[in-house]
Amino acid sequence: MKSVKHHSKLTQRLLQSFVFLLVLSLSFSAHSQDVDEARQKEGKKLFKSLCASCHKLNKKLVGPALGGVEEKRTNEWLKAWIRDNAALRASGDKDAIAIYEEYKQSNMTAFPQLNDKQIDDILYYTTVGEIGKVADPNQTLSTTPKDAAPKWLIYILAAAIVVAFLIIGSLLKTISELKGAPKTPGLMGQASELWQGIKQNTFLHVLTVIFGALIAAYVLFGTLFKVGVDEGYQPIQPIAFSHKIHAGDNKIDCQYCHSAAKHSKHSGIPSVNVCMNCHKNISEVADDTKVVMDDHTLTKKDLDKEIAKIYEAAGWDAEKLEYTGNTKPVKWVRVHNLPDFAYFNHSQHVTVGGIKCQKCHGPVEEMEEVYQYSPLTMGWCIDCHKETKVDLKGNEYYAKIHEELAKKYGVDQVTIAQLGGKECGKCHY
Amino acid sequence: MKSLKIIIALVVVASLASCNNKRKPQVQYMPDMYVSVPYDANGVTSAGNVPVDRVPVAGTVSRNGVVAYDIADTNEGYEKAKAELKSPLAKNEINLEKGKELYGIYCATCHGAKGDGNGTLAKRDKFNGIPNYKDRDITDGSIYHVIMYGKNLMGSHASQLNHKERWQVVQYVEKLKSELK
Repeated sequence: MKSVKHHSKLTQRLLQSFVFLLVLSLSFSAHSQDVDEARQKEGKKLFKSLCASCHKLNKKLVGPALGGVEEKRTNEWLKAWIRDNAALRASGDKDAIAIYEEYKQSNMTAFPQLNDKQIDDILYYTTVGEIGKVADPNQTLSTTPKDAAPKWLIYILAAAIVVAFLIIGSLLKTISELKGAPKTPGLMGQASELWQGIKQNTFLHVLTVIFGALIAAYVLFGTLFKVGVDEGYQPIQPIAFSHKIHAGDNKIDCQYCHSAAKHSKHSGIPSVNVCMNCHKNISEVADDTKVVMDDHTLTKKDLDKEIAKIYEAAGWDAEKLEYTGNTKPVKWVRVHNLPDFAYFNHSQHVTVGGIKCQKCHGPVEEMEEVYQYSPLTMGWCIDCHKETKVDLKGNEYYAKIHEELAKKYGVDQVTIAQLGGKECGKCHY
Repeated sequence: MKSLKIIIALVVVASLASCNNKRKPQVQYMPDMYVSVPYDANGVTSAGNVPVDRVPVAGTVSRNGVVAYDIADTNEGYEKAKAELKSPLAKNEINLEKGKELYGIYCATCHGAKGDGNGTLAKRDKFNGIPNYKDRDITDGSIYHVIMYGKNLMGSHASQLNHKERWQVVQYVEKLKSELK
């Protein structure tokens, strides 16, 4: 009887909390119904196209955060400011001058083309903000993917199965022996008999020596050929920078950051001011961004810390939005490193040759972590020089020599090698 | 004696296996020929433990002779550049072609291939409110000034483009603006 009583009490509690939740959710949905979605949408569209380059709702950018700006200023003042803030300042409005000075005298673009309704829609958007963006924390928790079973667990299970079979086998053997079957020599006994036989066979001796020598030669040459060849080298970098996100998803050109490649021997590691061209605005990654590294996955929480590392290096105060002057170098680990006795020039290949970066560096736009794609050996260079035909278009200055060389080798179009791209002194001097 | 053999075998196997560690570079034959005495251009630190790649001393002029830009990064400077600065380049196909190529690399990701402010980063919601060139009152001089110093959220692109390239981009942006009308 007692347990039934408990039970009914529990049901009652559950019902109560359920009703409470229902009421709560209803009140929430009622709240969101208050918002005029059409106006909000219109305002958001205008805000995004006109204001968002300098303003955010919840954060200072070039100009102040605009969330709830209607509470701070009157509607007339805001309209006057948006239409022509310079005129408002010139009229001697104290608030206008104060805000202009506070934001380091950055001129806000005047928007005389906006009518009253459009401005009101924008202001409406700044007041109500996003609709339905109140994230349910439980939901985000439940969507975190559960990783597959760790690798070591699989190994342990496999080992356990093998051990179990061995135990069963030995048990069966003991049972049959107990039942009176003749005692067979153990595994070790069989092996030693076999070993005695092998030891006396000369043919097998010779075969073993040859086989051993072949294996040794294979291992030796395999090791020697790897000396100084860093194909597949993938060092851990100080900042978890994903080329896949930047060059792949966002389609930023390689040369945007590696801007030295077009003029210099080196492709150049971008200095942090280049990072800051975008990351001044992008201080956090999108909610669902994920970077799958070799042995671990980085989510938004980790990636935001990686962006903070750029701010530390650049001496950027993300709160006050200004440079502190306290900079720190980022110690990137060099991946591609030709030995100093070989000369290689990026501009020669990128600008003159017009070769795509991917030809040597592989599909960098798909790499979360960069690795060395090509072996960068001499044979690899020479192979390409032998195959690649020189593009003669727009190269009239050298037309005569190209023609004569083509005649000499009996071809239509000379290759880089025929132009001297195989001479030792071209790369080693 | 037997355990010694096992240890040696283990060491050999371990050293062979470590050759396949992709986090570490391979062994080099004669490393002092691979890495010579001078500092690498991308090296970490040089004498006195200061970084190799540093901001040049103020007033440094490259051997090719970079044309000085002495208009200040202020509102007055912007107005001055807008009114007075003129392109030293001839308006021709070669410059326009080069400008198009450079625009594609350095500008189109945000400003869009047509200059309508609808580049990949805008489409993917990373940057908002990038203006259409036709909505902006811009001149040769003001475009050059903004490439030099940046404006609002746009950063300076002076380190990525040299003097001539900036003017080539300016020429192409002017062309885009005229086509947008």
